[in-house]
Amino acid sequence: MTTLSAPATTRRRRAKAPGGAAGLWTATPMTRLVLAVTIIISAFPLYYMIVIASRTNTEATDMPPPFLPGGKLGENIQRVLSNPDAHYLTGLTNSLIIAATVTVSVVLISTFAGFAFARLNFRGGKVLLLLVLLTMMVPLQQMGIVPLYRLMVSLEWVGSIKAVILPYLLNGFGVFLMTQYTQQAVPNELVEAARVDGASTLRIWWNVVLPAVRPGMAVLGINTFMLIWNDFMWPLIVLTPDNPTVQVAINSLNAKYGTDYVLIFSGTLMSILPLIVVFIAFGRQIIGGLMEGAVKA
Amino acid sequence: MSLHVDAGQPTRAPMPPSRRHVRPRPGRSFMTWLDLKAAPYLLVSPYYLLFLVFGLFPLGFTLYYSFFDYDLTGTVEWTGLGNYTAMLGDAAFWKAVVNTLAMFVIATVPQMLLALLLANALNKRMKAQLFVRLGVLLPLVTSVVAVAVVFTQLYGRDWGVVNWVLGWFGADPIDWKAERLPSWLAIATMIDWRWTGYNAIIFLAGMQTIPKDLYEAASIDGASRRRQFWQITIPMLRPTMIFVVLNSTIGGLTLFSEPTTFYNGNVHGGTNSQFQTVSMFIFEQGFREFDYGYASAAAWLLFLLILIGSAINFLLIRRIGGNK
Repeated sequence: MTTLSAPATTRRRRAKAPGGAAGLWTATPMTRLVLAVTIIISAFPLYYMIVIASRTNTEATDMPPPFLPGGKLGENIQRVLSNPDAHYLTGLTNSLIIAATVTVSVVLISTFAGFAFARLNFRGGKVLLLLVLLTMMVPLQQMGIVPLYRLMVSLEWVGSIKAVILPYLLNGFGVFLMTQYTQQAVPNELVEAARVDGASTLRIWWNVVLPAVRPGMAVLGINTFMLIWNDFMWPLIVLTPDNPTVQVAINSLNAKYGTDYVLIFSGTLMSILPLIVVFIAFGRQIIGGLMEGAVKA
Repeated sequence: MSLHVDAGQPTRAPMPPSRRHVRPRPGRSFMTWLDLKAAPYLLVSPYYLLFLVFGLFPLGFTLYYSFFDYDLTGTVEWTGLGNYTAMLGDAAFWKAVVNTLAMFVIATVPQMLLALLLANALNKRMKAQLFVRLGVLLPLVTSVVAVAVVFTQLYGRDWGVVNWVLGWFGADPIDWKAERLPSWLAIATMIDWRWTGYNAIIFLAGMQTIPKDLYEAASIDGASRRRQFWQITIPMLRPTMIFVVLNSTIGGLTLFSEPTTFYNGNVHGGTNSQFQTVSMFIFEQGFREFDYGYASAAAWLLFLLILIGSAINFLLIRRIGGNK
């Protein structure tokens, strides 16, 4: 049946709408060119990072600039790691701890709340959900920065990664995403059926909801990890240079060794490696999640 | 609200707000109540606890601080709306506002057009689809600081690749950091490099929800592909565009990392603050001058700016397609 219908639709498509349907237009040479140029532009700064990070400073400031990697990468990385002002390894470890802790917590908190909003009827639920949507519009990072800092001062948490982790746990987007995802992935009938069978709410969450929303959790997790890994303003305020995140460590290098390009570039290169790993491992999910999230919003 | 007491109802837990609707199952009433009525609130409570402590509390206190005058000696004095009136006459604040708006416009307008064209290109049948999409999205995995570090080098006055390329066409080296317009352009390209592909993927998602019959009908009527793009794709993409533009508005008006890194991690935004944004201004006032009140007032004005910006953009996008 499939073998029969497939050519039939193709024929119909050709006859009725030559290249008419979205997504079914074939790419023209022009399209290919546009995409190829885009990919080159996308990749170039990353490639250039490798080029400079593997050179010496005299080569980095050559005219014309170098465009091929050199052989000094190992040496430069060694210099970053042993730099007394950057505390690079501490920064890397801190960033990993912060991003991992926040990711796990945000995914759990959002999955709980998403389940409640999507599949449990409770008084005030609609208003509470609306509140989440409203707060997504508020740039809390900029708006709350002074009181949050003073809160951390009075708790004597300044300089500790606790001060970075806790405010990040508030993530309205996560609740929104998991509500949407649960609505789509968990049929109401399934929850009702489990209820009739005598399952408690927690049991329904564990046995019915959790297995179904796992892809959504993955998407949220990847997003959160990248967001937290990259964030810069809050750690810059609340941490000290001797106990930094990786972005703050790069900033220290940048501020103190502004002309030591290879040093800064090597530090920067190492800081994006974890993200590249995530990107290669979960590329398909990242794209799928972005596209789904966009259509539902 | 009501104070009635059920016999045999344990009162270990706080009363639920809606006890009148408890399902009539007298036997295991507490467990049932816990499971059916309290569970939803327990499930959403972690988020709202965090919201209270890290959302509502700072917002309220930002407002409170903004009515006080802090100075370096530690004296705190009530000034009422003094910070706000002072700021409206503060040239440095307005400079930051103009810088922020200018970079936002310079970055966003081309970015939206490019993202639309790119999404249209991605929406065609091709080999290695996933590879191409990942390639377009590649800049997103780079941290903002990393992007800024690389572009700062590319835009270097003496050894930068950009000036070297411009040199082929006989242009004199440009000191990208020294003047307003060049620095805005440099920072705008950093933003666009990072976000155009991302927005293209979002637009692509929107394009794929447009019913294909619309295009089929249009081709039967003899509409060219270009016309189909402007008269079907763009109007049908309106919801996605609202999402993308509002996101870009919030991101663009709170710009911080790129211009800060562009000036070697300094929030002053160049020698004459030629690329200092409002976020950097808040940072500078709060954590370099330690004028918490002034910084807090600036934060509220930034919020106002975002609300106005979002409203304008929302109305603009709604008109697209509304007329067609």
